[in-house]
Amino acid sequence: MTTTDDRIGSAPEPTGPVSRIDYSERIPNNVQLSTDRRLQRALESWQPKFLDWWKNLGPALPTKDVYLRTAVAVGRDGWAVYDFVPMHEYRWGIFLAEGDPDRSVNFGRHKGEKAWQTVPGEYRAELQRLIVVQGDTEPASVEQQRHLGATAPSLYDLRNLFQVNVEEGRHLWAMVYLLQAHFGREGREEAEELLKRNSGDFDNPRILGAFNEDTTDWLQFFMFTYFTDRDGKYQLGTLKESGFDPLARTCEFMLKEEAHHMFVGTTGVQRTVERTAQVMVEHDTEDVLPYGAIPLSTIQKYLNFQFSVSMDLFGSELSSNAATYYTAGIKGRWAETRRKDDHVLLGATREMTKVVDGRFVTETVPLLNALNLDLRDEYRADCENGVRRWNQALEEAGLPHRLTLPHEGFNRKVGAYSAVHVSPEGEILDDATWAAKVDSWLPSAQDRADVAALMQPTYEQGAFAGWIAPPSQGINEMGVEFDYVRFWKQDNAS
Amino acid sequence: MTAVADHAVADNGVEVSFDTSPERYRHWRLSVDGRVATLTLAVDPEGGLVPGYELKMNSYDLGVDIELYDAVQRLRFEHPQVAAVVVTGGLDRMFCAGANIRMLAQSSHAWKVNFCKFTNETRNGMEDATASSGQTYVAALNGTAAGGGYELALACDEIVLVDDGSSAVSLPEVPLLGVLPGTGGLTRVVDKRHVRRDRADVFATKSDGIKGRTAVEWGLVDASVPRARFAEEVGARAQAAVARSSRPQDATGVPLTPLARVVDGDEIRYPHVAAVLDRAGRRVEITVQAPTQAPPADAAGVHALGVDYWPLAVARALDDLVLRLRTNEPALGTWVLRTVGDADLVLAHDDQLIALADDWFVNEVRHYLKRTFKRLDVTSRSLVALVEPGSAFAGSLLELALAADRQYMLDGVFEDVDPDAEPAVLVVGAANAGLFPMGNGLTRLQSRFYGDDRALAAVLARSGERLDAAAAAALGLATMTPDDIDWADEIRIALEERAALSPDALTGMEANHRFVGPETIETKIFGRLTAWQNWIFLRPNASGPEGALRRYGSGLRAEFDQFRV
Repeated sequence: MTTTDDRIGSAPEPTGPVSRIDYSERIPNNVQLSTDRRLQRALESWQPKFLDWWKNLGPALPTKDVYLRTAVAVGRDGWAVYDFVPMHEYRWGIFLAEGDPDRSVNFGRHKGEKAWQTVPGEYRAELQRLIVVQGDTEPASVEQQRHLGATAPSLYDLRNLFQVNVEEGRHLWAMVYLLQAHFGREGREEAEELLKRNSGDFDNPRILGAFNEDTTDWLQFFMFTYFTDRDGKYQLGTLKESGFDPLARTCEFMLKEEAHHMFVGTTGVQRTVERTAQVMVEHDTEDVLPYGAIPLSTIQKYLNFQFSVSMDLFGSELSSNAATYYTAGIKGRWAETRRKDDHVLLGATREMTKVVDGRFVTETVPLLNALNLDLRDEYRADCENGVRRWNQALEEAGLPHRLTLPHEGFNRKVGAYSAVHVSPEGEILDDATWAAKVDSWLPSAQDRADVAALMQPTYEQGAFAGWIAPPSQGINEMGVEFDYVRFWKQDNAS
Repeated sequence: MTAVADHAVADNGVEVSFDTSPERYRHWRLSVDGRVATLTLAVDPEGGLVPGYELKMNSYDLGVDIELYDAVQRLRFEHPQVAAVVVTGGLDRMFCAGANIRMLAQSSHAWKVNFCKFTNETRNGMEDATASSGQTYVAALNGTAAGGGYELALACDEIVLVDDGSSAVSLPEVPLLGVLPGTGGLTRVVDKRHVRRDRADVFATKSDGIKGRTAVEWGLVDASVPRARFAEEVGARAQAAVARSSRPQDATGVPLTPLARVVDGDEIRYPHVAAVLDRAGRRVEITVQAPTQAPPADAAGVHALGVDYWPLAVARALDDLVLRLRTNEPALGTWVLRTVGDADLVLAHDDQLIALADDWFVNEVRHYLKRTFKRLDVTSRSLVALVEPGSAFAGSLLELALAADRQYMLDGVFEDVDPDAEPAVLVVGAANAGLFPMGNGLTRLQSRFYGDDRALAAVLARSGERLDAAAAAALGLATMTPDDIDWADEIRIALEERAALSPDALTGMEANHRFVGPETIETKIFGRLTAWQNWIFLRPNASGPEGALRRYGSGLRAEFDQFRV
């Protein structure tokens, strides 16, 4: 059953039986695509281009099918099904979270007005830009990770990689839907551009720097899904508050899938740490590399790197764009409606740290201009949770070693710390000291080569590479040994 | 010796100097490779001229543009072999974000207007380098060029934009700031690049701009190429410009050594030019000295003199003085212009400028003088020329009198001072017949006698003659010719009267009278565009507490007065 509301379109019932999406459509959706011929045609012409992109720049490892989760509904009683799917046949659909016909704009100068179901002309450019930048990151990570399948530590991990990949693909769909449905001809052109830009491409790079770096190995993949996808989570969280209702509902649904990506990162790093701790105890040494595990110091360097480049993704601490977006009501704060203030923020201030004459100083700045910093602080606090969890594994192994988040000024290229060198402990350093110590803080070429040497593919059912511990349980209650990824038989493949 | 004047009243108490040189640049890098030079913009965010703003994203302020002006000048004089200049950005994916908005928002109206005037003159100068010296500017937009960034590109002859799916050209002033693109953007889009007016309308209201193929199709840029082919495309265009250039290949440049300027209380002195600041009278007394020697015999002699060649020395001194007075002394509303010395030696130098016109250096000197006189034309000060015995208003120096709003000429001599002196004279020379056109494309004489060809012909027919007050008055070259007895009172009262009038009305009135006749891109920029811009700048919709310019970046949205005016 779906309910249809003149203002917000149709959505599955919030309770009751699972609302099945009509799979006879080429593009599964809950946005009444079948009655909107113009939009349907636009999306159908985009779909072949999307599939071309997936074939050329999606996962490179050939597989028969993969045990994947597919979004089929948005209700509270189950929104996904699990089944074996050949990846190119994955049903990338379009889903918006349930709508609330009485929803209003919750912040900024339009606070209290009814949420917008169409793009307000005066904010077209800003909204389009936000959606394009968000959309650009989704396919980027698929491109960055396309060769990882060749070195997967297990079928379980390989499946998780592919799950992340198809869902990033679906997130691209979600952004493309918004562009096609709400931004006219220009939106359609931008949708095509999203497929033309490619990660690391010299001519057509992705918009944000961190999405043009290679994902070199699985440890980096786990760090990426923990730290960089978490940035994505926080960005989606601010767009979920948007006064532009279709964007808010799209992002709300995307956050459900994003939670799994966080899970892959958290548990991936944790299992790596567990294995390292086990080898450290067994051989009573920190030098675990000869025993096929990744040294804790290398894990710390990877953590330092990924955390610092992800912090850069939040942009400058002081941003007039962020202020404009907030006041316009198109991008809010994390957990906006739970905050206890006036949600307008005129005259509100906060403290921020900056560097003046080689020293940290605290400055009082307008909160409206410091919303990137506000979001970054939320993000950083969240990052601490994972580190605590990883340290628990070390504690349980009886080891005194601990992982730590580096200082927020460490290795920064954007914002208030970008002009100075800061150590992980938070000391400001001169160029020479930094150069002498940087290899003990960030992965060197040798560190990456050492890790890469451990990345031998492990495709036997239930087996795990020597550098990572098995998970405590499988996916969808399927057991750790389950055949999550099926390959073509050898004789077929040759 | 340089002392800081203690009465400077510029914005925020900052006294602005226009002295710089490539080794002191903070924001631009100038590199020369054979016949192609590259100017790379990499603005130091902490390098603002005035405290209170950060120059993020390659945005600029007056200090950044002072360096650009210096570079453009040096390319013409110090690098005669350079036939193409590539202007590009030193940041990743951002060519230039235009004038810094916070700087504009915190600046006084006068500062903004003076800033725009200077940046406009520099961009006109870039176009003049191509038109008059065979030095072609090519904009290599390695990233987004927004607002003033795109206007800088528009001042170049060719524009190449990187096609990376995100870099765009834009004029976001109207949609984002509620003001106009103030550095010629609107004018050059339609008048120079011939973009269709409906497309120009779409472009100038679209804050995110236009990129790639569409930008080429609309004529906003000449080419849009992927990054891998970008350097090749820019290089090919630069080489094509080199191939058609008249610049010499093997000449030696003339170094623009530091100006010998002495600031001594309320006096500013240069070789050949001096200024006395009269704060009580709210005016500046400027005196230009004619040459004291005959010009060198040949081009080699001219080159040997370098910056000491009289016409160049005068151009440099006047240029610097005009810029400093405009920026640092906005309250001194009247400039009184005098010349002293031997008129014949001025004419001899003018003859040389004409005779050696094919020499690259002499050509540069002439065009520099032309640009300096043009600065006077667009200066928002009342200009009054005083022609007295011993003055040298001949040929090129007569242009100073013709640039003035009024010419007072003494009839006879000062009996008490020197009864035997030669009475004051004016001399029209060959230089006045076309060496120094104004922004409207006419000479100052043509502008003065616009629509009266007979009067113009009559003046030109007396070329070379020493015209006394009676003759000058009869020919229409003097506004008033008081005699010895009336002179002092007439001049005093005229200047006091002037100082009592509204400075704003005077600025508007003078600008209207100075530019008669045809419109050019230059006159449209300094007239139409600037006048509208200045009106908009002052309106509450831009500059009021709820205006778009004041609110930009604060997170607050502008509240507009919806009445169309």
